[in-house]
Amino acid sequence: MEKTPASTDKLSLCYHCGDTLRGERVEHDGKLFCCSGCKVVFEILQQNDLCTYYDLEKNPGRTPSALEANRFSFLDDATIQQQLVQFSDGHTATVTLSLPAVHCSSCIWLLEQLYKLDAGILNSRVDFLKKTVSITYRQDRTSLKSIVILLTSVGYEPELSLDALNKPKESEITRSLYYKIGVAGFCFGNSMLFSFPEYLGVDASEQLLREVFSYLNLLLGIPVATYCSLEYYRSAWGGLRKRVINIDLPIAIGIVLLFGRSAADILTGSGAGFIDSLCGLLFFLLLGRVFQSKTYDRMNFERSYTSYFPIAVTTKRGGVETTVPLSALSRGQRIVVRSNEIVPADAMLLQGNAFIDYSFVTGEAAPVPKVLGEMIYAGGRQTGGAIELEVMKEVSQSYLTQLWNNFRHSARELGQLSELSTTVSKYFTTVVLAVSLGVLAYWLPKDTVTAINAFTGILIVACPCALAIAIPFTLGTTLRVFGRNDFYLKNTAVIELLSKIDTIVFDKTGTITYAKRSSVSFTGTELTSDQRDAVFSIVSGSVHPVSQMIAEHLQGTKSIVDGFTETVGQGITGTVGGRTYRIGAREYVGALAPATPVNETRSYVSEDGRQLGYFSVKNLYRDGLPAMIAELGAGRKLAVVSGDNESERPRLQSMFPQGTDLLFNQTPTDKLEYVRSQQQQGKRVLMVGDGLNDAGALLQSNLGIAVTEDVVHFSPASDAIISSTAFIRLAEFLRFSRLSMRIVIASFVMAFLYNLVGIYFALQGMLTPIMAAILMPASSITIVVFTTVTTNILARRKGLLAWRS
Amino acid sequence: MAVIAVLIGCSFIIAVGFLLAFLWSVRSGQYDDKYTPSVRILFDENTKQS
Repeated sequence: MEKTPASTDKLSLCYHCGDTLRGERVEHDGKLFCCSGCKVVFEILQQNDLCTYYDLEKNPGRTPSALEANRFSFLDDATIQQQLVQFSDGHTATVTLSLPAVHCSSCIWLLEQLYKLDAGILNSRVDFLKKTVSITYRQDRTSLKSIVILLTSVGYEPELSLDALNKPKESEITRSLYYKIGVAGFCFGNSMLFSFPEYLGVDASEQLLREVFSYLNLLLGIPVATYCSLEYYRSAWGGLRKRVINIDLPIAIGIVLLFGRSAADILTGSGAGFIDSLCGLLFFLLLGRVFQSKTYDRMNFERSYTSYFPIAVTTKRGGVETTVPLSALSRGQRIVVRSNEIVPADAMLLQGNAFIDYSFVTGEAAPVPKVLGEMIYAGGRQTGGAIELEVMKEVSQSYLTQLWNNFRHSARELGQLSELSTTVSKYFTTVVLAVSLGVLAYWLPKDTVTAINAFTGILIVACPCALAIAIPFTLGTTLRVFGRNDFYLKNTAVIELLSKIDTIVFDKTGTITYAKRSSVSFTGTELTSDQRDAVFSIVSGSVHPVSQMIAEHLQGTKSIVDGFTETVGQGITGTVGGRTYRIGAREYVGALAPATPVNETRSYVSEDGRQLGYFSVKNLYRDGLPAMIAELGAGRKLAVVSGDNESERPRLQSMFPQGTDLLFNQTPTDKLEYVRSQQQQGKRVLMVGDGLNDAGALLQSNLGIAVTEDVVHFSPASDAIISSTAFIRLAEFLRFSRLSMRIVIASFVMAFLYNLVGIYFALQGMLTPIMAAILMPASSITIVVFTTVTTNILARRKGLLAWRS
Repeated sequence: MAVIAVLIGCSFIIAVGFLLAFLWSVRSGQYDDKYTPSVRILFDENTKQS
């Protein structure tokens, strides 16, 4: 059957869910689908009968071959099962698997119907944002292995990595925050009710009611001042122990004083206390925490090499293949690595055609051929057929692992607390403490009661709650705005770092160039249109990246190819219209042209043994790169560190401003050292990279951004992940981060004005509960509204958000 | 004015009920996944054959 050209625009959307087709495409009834899920749902809708769905299992095309099933035999291993299964009582078990292929509502539908496909499955629940499925199954009727095979056969191969085995549970942390908000909100609402007599002003006849209500208020204040405020006490204490005054210290002082003064007022009957203000304060503070804690569940910013490695490997001994857990792999063992599997340890090639894709180590897309006896480093992905290797070093001793562990030592800790708020709160706290102590000293000789009232009043009203919520609400909004534009940050502290960057270091391949697109040119005798079509037809049949690039470049019409053969790592041969074409490496084609220079990939073409010329494939810089470089370069130092050779120097020199450091032939350690040398000059360095070879530099830099083609899949550990399509807008993001820091400062000013008004009354010992009850929530609400509205409006004006019509 | 005491007492009890309901909903995991249920509700025939 002849394939239709891949790039027809009309057909590039999934017929069912409308998603753009990426990689895999499923054809059915003349329509294209993005995944089997969509296709299946379409089938069902088409035939209006759910029963057809059961046929799916019988469909021979979908059942994985015996060889493929063998791939998962390690799942029968008891220790591996134990690590994967979350819960088991001997009869039923629950397992949560990560399925990167989940992307639309049909996926959820299909995956929650799994019990119809396997009688042993009791139920399955999908978490769409996390891209996981949680399956409960009867252990006597089915096994983990058959579930994984079933998932693979319907198009959702689970991601089984070492990393997945030991994931921390995060939901408990967020849950406790929700509990606290619930309690604080409840107390806030009710304490306002109980303060009604106070707000309205009651006469002497209702004195009893007033007393009862203030005692109830005090009761409400207890859980708020203890349970809900725990985090603030902890953080303030932690800061003090490190001799740092952070923003949580004045907040903790404020909370303690609010509660203490209220308790004293209520118990002595001298006043109604400030419990309503206290509850309101905590409610807004906790709300800010939730707003700030937006996380991207499906992304992992803390990856280590373990997330790329398989859980188990196939070993071969005396012709018998067995699967062993990766941790049990030792030197001298013979292992089998099949197509698309990762070489788990440094090993020597014994048998087979090795064609290793090191893209996740180096960022280079083109696979590298290896000959027998050559050393293959861990981390490469085999793209040809199955190969056999002898393990030379244990997993923990491999080059990649060592590299990773070295990097980890240099990793810095990214503080959760913002630098700006720490600086501001340091001065703020000192000034407030000085003023309040001064007031205390002034009033004390004259009037003890007023002295205490004024002292506590100042500390209460100066409680920097508005300061504390300005950052979470502004930066939380900015984080969401960036997320909408495919720029995902680890936390809000990254925005502040981003606004202060003065040096930007780029990786070359895959970062400022396209990872998968290249510029292709042909040198030699000009091809006739018949020759073009012939070459196009032949290269279209190959999955090798270079073939695909040439096919995309030629865009010819397809004709029938006879005798198509592909020699992995060498080239392809095919006969079109009676003429035999050989396309590939120089030796393969038998070309007489001068040796291929190292700076480009060449594919030679011959027709019936006669050489026609060669295609040269070069990196293609991203569209819009010069404009972005020009903007980023204004006032900042730029640098390019590349693992490649110097061939691109002239082109880069013309693109980057004068004074840009252009470094070539850089090893991962060189890149790290370069970043460190810049930091030693007092620079704040932003590193942008994409491969594992940039991982060290990404960690060493003040801020590391990983560029990735697919945000769900691979990216090295970093502070932020940017989709390759959004990369070109980096300058915009930097500009907007500075803008949001300015919004934060503006709201600080507003908060100070509120504080000044409060302090004016408090100075005279005249701060009444009702005044505090108005002033404090009013300042909090003003800040919340101001920051979110301004950030949203500015984001729209800067084109980062669309105006809603 | 005594009626206010009764009213506020009642409203307090109702509010406690809502607080408990909220705490229960968090505990039972309803806030763990805030997206998928919104899609799931649109599917027909999701009943399980036991």
